Amino acid sequence: MANPEIGSAIGSAAESVVLSIKDASVHYGMVQALHGVSFDVPRGKIVTLVGANGAGKTTMLRAISGLVKVTRGSIEHRGTVISNIQPHEIVRRRICQSPEGRGIFLNLTVEENLDLGAWAAPDKSAYKANLELGFDMFPRLKERRRQNAGTLSGGEQQMLAIARALMGQPEILLLDEPSLGLAPQIIEKIFEIIQQINRGGMTILLVEQNALQALKIADHGVVLETGRIALQGPSKDLLASDEVRKAYLGE
Amino acid sequence: MDQFLQHIINALSLGSIYALIALGYTMVFGVLQLINFAHGEIYMLGAFAGMYAIRWLRLEEHPGIGSLLIALLAAMAASAAAGFVIERLAYRPLRKSPRINLLITAVGVSLFLQYTGQLVFGSDPQFFPTGILELEGYNWSYGDLVIEPMQIVALVLAIILMVVLQYIIFKTRLGRAMRAVSFNHDLASLMGIPTNRIISATFMLGSALAGAAGVLVGLIYPKIEPLMGTMPGLKAFVAAVLGGIGNVTGAVLGAFTLGMAEEFLVGYWVPTYRDALAFGILILILLFKPSGLLGVHRAEKV
Repeated sequence: MANPEIGSAIGSAAESVVLSIKDASVHYGMVQALHGVSFDVPRGKIVTLVGANGAGKTTMLRAISGLVKVTRGSIEHRGTVISNIQPHEIVRRRICQSPEGRGIFLNLTVEENLDLGAWAAPDKSAYKANLELGFDMFPRLKERRRQNAGTLSGGEQQMLAIARALMGQPEILLLDEPSLGLAPQIIEKIFEIIQQINRGGMTILLVEQNALQALKIADHGVVLETGRIALQGPSKDLLASDEVRKAYLGE
Repeated sequence: MDQFLQHIINALSLGSIYALIALGYTMVFGVLQLINFAHGEIYMLGAFAGMYAIRWLRLEEHPGIGSLLIALLAAMAASAAAGFVIERLAYRPLRKSPRINLLITAVGVSLFLQYTGQLVFGSDPQFFPTGILELEGYNWSYGDLVIEPMQIVALVLAIILMVVLQYIIFKTRLGRAMRAVSFNHDLASLMGIPTNRIISATFMLGSALAGAAGVLVGLIYPKIEPLMGTMPGLKAFVAAVLGGIGNVTGAVLGAFTLGMAEEFLVGYWVPTYRDALAFGILILILLFKPSGLLGVHRAEKV
């Protein structure tokens, strides 16, 4: 790993950077989960964070959302350091996360879940339109709006988690393992939706264990290995690299 | 038959008081997984706040439902403030500590309030000014059946408060946030919900209900003293566990069940075991159905 950069660096001067991770480290007690991670998320792009279980992907997202403290380095949102503010204030900056394991409120109805997603949304008048947008994207949710979220299937729960994050009118959407535990055709559908959301102009940071599929739809890829960045660059370069294919894509 | 009806009425009125207190236990447990053993003292503070409000505002000079509501609101506000301060000073600094530390702190807060109460209010029982309602001549009796109007007033007010609470929890934005926080703090904060503020609000709401219970009990059993919170506090705790701690409907169900059980035990069998019954129930519940009648159902996360 003498030269972890492949191709051009992410976030060249011409692109505007929404989120910038600068030398971020995270400790859980005595255990260090992230070791000086740095990467940028440019506006309107999909950046994917890939790597094996325990590589620190979820920890990175939790740090961005303020759920764990960054012990060294910083996280900047459009030039402002956000690594020392409360999670709910980060959401108010329109950095919205669909958490791992789908993380929906199983004790609430589908509609109540969506409603909570809009808790910090800046434009309350857009609530109805956003709700309809979410229902257009995932018609199943509309059918089940009054049902308890715990009664949904795994795929439907994932759709709900994504729709709920969109209710917060995000500037950047953080998705943690949206394909986890889902059947292949459902994964296909979820990835299509992610691309569709991105085509609408949304900046997305996608965490995935399913590296191949994630890199296919992403503009940039960041490969994490035991809390360190092993590689990063444009995803087409990563996909083309033999090293990557062998080590991370299981070929 | 008359005697049976009499017991039913007594049980409902007793149960409604337990329910108001049990709701606070269960709500606080819902958001913090903490048994707030100082909750009985918040109820005691409500009774005293109600008494002082009646004295200072000379509410007895204008008896009526309006004056009662003023006293009730004063007690609820005082108890809510006490709940807020207790959470802020005693529990919040320990939020990330092992749960046993919180539990011991709660017992400490409870003792602190009991003995500070004796210092401030005096340890002798004081007479709760029941003249705030003029109910002389309103005693309904049919045969042996006597309906104390105070009991009916207390029961009706308790039910109204419970309905309002249900509305808040299930129909309002605050209630949705409370349910979200009780499901998972991190997840709630990812929605942009200020979890600390919601936890404070939950304490205040639960404490306000206990404060209301303090006034209603003062009206029915008009002797109040700083240690009065211990036994009702423990029994309401049993009611909350019986119903399934963390479950709002369960707390009400548990409270009325306990009220019935106590009243019928006392009326038909052995009056001296009244207080033992609640703890007998607690032991049985913990042995055979620790999740309670309506235990919190939480599907496993995948």
